[in-house]
Amino acid sequence: MPGPTPVSSPQAALRVRNLRKTYKDVVAVDGLDLEIRSGECFGLLGPNGAGKTTTIEICEGLTEADSGEVDVLGLRWSSDAPTLRQKLGIQLQETQLAEKLTVSETLRLFRSFFHQGPGAEEAIRVVQLEEKRDARVGSLSGGQKQRLALACALVGDPDLLFLDEPTTGLDPQARRQLWDLIEEFKAAGRTILLTTHYMDEAEKLCDRVAIMDHGKTIAQGTPRELIASIGVEHVVEFSAGNTAVDLSGIRAMAGVRDVRTENGNVLLQVTELHKAVPGLLDELTRQAVPLTELRTHSATLEDVFVHLTGRHLRDE
Amino acid sequence: MSKRNFMDHALVQLTLMRMREFIREPEALFWSMIFPIALAAGLGIAFRNRPPEVLKIAAVTPRLAEALRQEKLLDVTQLPPELAQQFIRTGKVALVAEPAADGSVIYRYDDTNPEGRQARMLADQAIQRASGRQDPIAGNDQIMREPGSRYIDFLIPGLIGMGIMGNSIWGPGFSIVDARRKKLLKRIVATPMPKHYYLLSFLVWRMILLPVDVGVPLGFGVLVFGIPLRGSFIALVATCVLATLAFSAGGLLIASRVRTIEAASGLMNLSMVPMWILSGVFFSSQRFPDLVQPVIKALPLTALIDALRANMLQGSGFAQIAPQAAVLGAWLVVCFGLALRLFRWR
Repeated sequence: MPGPTPVSSPQAALRVRNLRKTYKDVVAVDGLDLEIRSGECFGLLGPNGAGKTTTIEICEGLTEADSGEVDVLGLRWSSDAPTLRQKLGIQLQETQLAEKLTVSETLRLFRSFFHQGPGAEEAIRVVQLEEKRDARVGSLSGGQKQRLALACALVGDPDLLFLDEPTTGLDPQARRQLWDLIEEFKAAGRTILLTTHYMDEAEKLCDRVAIMDHGKTIAQGTPRELIASIGVEHVVEFSAGNTAVDLSGIRAMAGVRDVRTENGNVLLQVTELHKAVPGLLDELTRQAVPLTELRTHSATLEDVFVHLTGRHLRDE
Repeated sequence: MSKRNFMDHALVQLTLMRMREFIREPEALFWSMIFPIALAAGLGIAFRNRPPEVLKIAAVTPRLAEALRQEKLLDVTQLPPELAQQFIRTGKVALVAEPAADGSVIYRYDDTNPEGRQARMLADQAIQRASGRQDPIAGNDQIMREPGSRYIDFLIPGLIGMGIMGNSIWGPGFSIVDARRKKLLKRIVATPMPKHYYLLSFLVWRMILLPVDVGVPLGFGVLVFGIPLRGSFIALVATCVLATLAFSAGGLLIASRVRTIEAASGLMNLSMVPMWILSGVFFSSQRFPDLVQPVIKALPLTALIDALRANMLQGSGFAQIAPQAAVLGAWLVVCFGLALRLFRWR
């Protein structure tokens, strides 16, 4: 086996430069740059069709890029594929494992592909499927199947873990269980690249996030940095029923950055909640507008995405 | 190599997956084991050699009926003329004998029907003898009913060939398309597994199943119908192995790009049904016109069945079945070569 050829700094687990991929006339990835440091959990956040899966599959060596450079763990797919395969743990979107095999048979099968790593039993313990070890894969719930898929990604003791939409389609409890597992991997010092279109998932799990839209990263940084970058700390949302509201009066209030309406509700992006809410109430009283709903939340990555694109992450 | 190391080899684990998916699918067991036996038993009984058939004929006068009853191979009914006409039109009798005005006998029968022609011969012979004809030379019959020339002897090699073809094409073809559809194929090539192991596991599993695929119909034929095994057993095994490789390569080729089970089924049937008809599974392929014989001879199933029949029934060795082996080998090389070029892992 040829020795690894270092091509980038040791602390970068994954480095992507000017990546491009076009399917027929659809540009899936359009000049993407990424750098993932060793030991961090990095999230690709974006709506469906943003190019997240294409990007991660190019990094996984499953799809060939039209142009651009990809260094994985200092190696290249073109020259070091067999070495790389041994070092990566991969969970794909929508894989259905063989339904007639049991959990432990499936893991033993995947373990047999790798030179080293934890045994099937160890992997079962890590993803807490002990009670299901002899159950057929076909009989598992969605969350259990997803945990088994994670275990399959772990049996080679990977240096880098790729998780493509690990919680899509799961119920809230199963999502939370999976988050706990990913938190454990992080605590164990694993490097993770995950894609998601759930902003709460990215905020909770990722040390750093790249927000993707139309095949490009439109923002990159820690969730905190990204939220701070839009200069808004809070969002106030209210509804006045069917009564018309004079938005110009609200726009003129101190500390209000942006005002827009959405589904009959009015949304204000504000810097200081304790000043904006009394001011808003005064203004509505002055306009004699009845308040039927009032909500506030701290700014999220969703607000960052909306701020940058004018669209929501979950817009289909 | 220790036992644990052997069991944890990727090829062993992949083959175990094949085995588990097979034995945990009751329908697969039925189609590959019970069905061939049921088919052989049904056809063996339907086409068993019966005692010489007695032909039903009708006579319209008592005198003719009595004369005809002297022939043991005729079952004579005396009927009024109108009813006799109706019986022959509906095929209930093969021939009607009527007296003519001039004292001769009229035989009404369909000369395109072998039964009609046979009835005409037997009836005329009975009437001539009843009228006093003496045969100048006496004939003595010696009956030959030997294993090897019966329909079941012809059928069993055909069923073995059909089984090898069906199992070898369906097994890998269906599994690969199903795994591709479920993105399992893509997941597996995302591991360090050497890709050829995946394809090799299908061949290993087919080789493990081959004794069953062949042994079930063969054992049934030998034990129940006493069909002969006159050729070299090694040549028989070698033929089956080569055919399994050739048809598995065909299954691989069919599955190389298809994404849905429906499309795969269509392609498999498209390739197999013509061979069921043309390659002489149930009746001799010699019945097709001379013009298409070269095409029929080039089909892999024809080659396999011809080789099996030559081996089992005529005792042919390697040398005599070399042309058939060459046909199978050519299919193996072409299908496998194309499959390697066309195969998509996703």
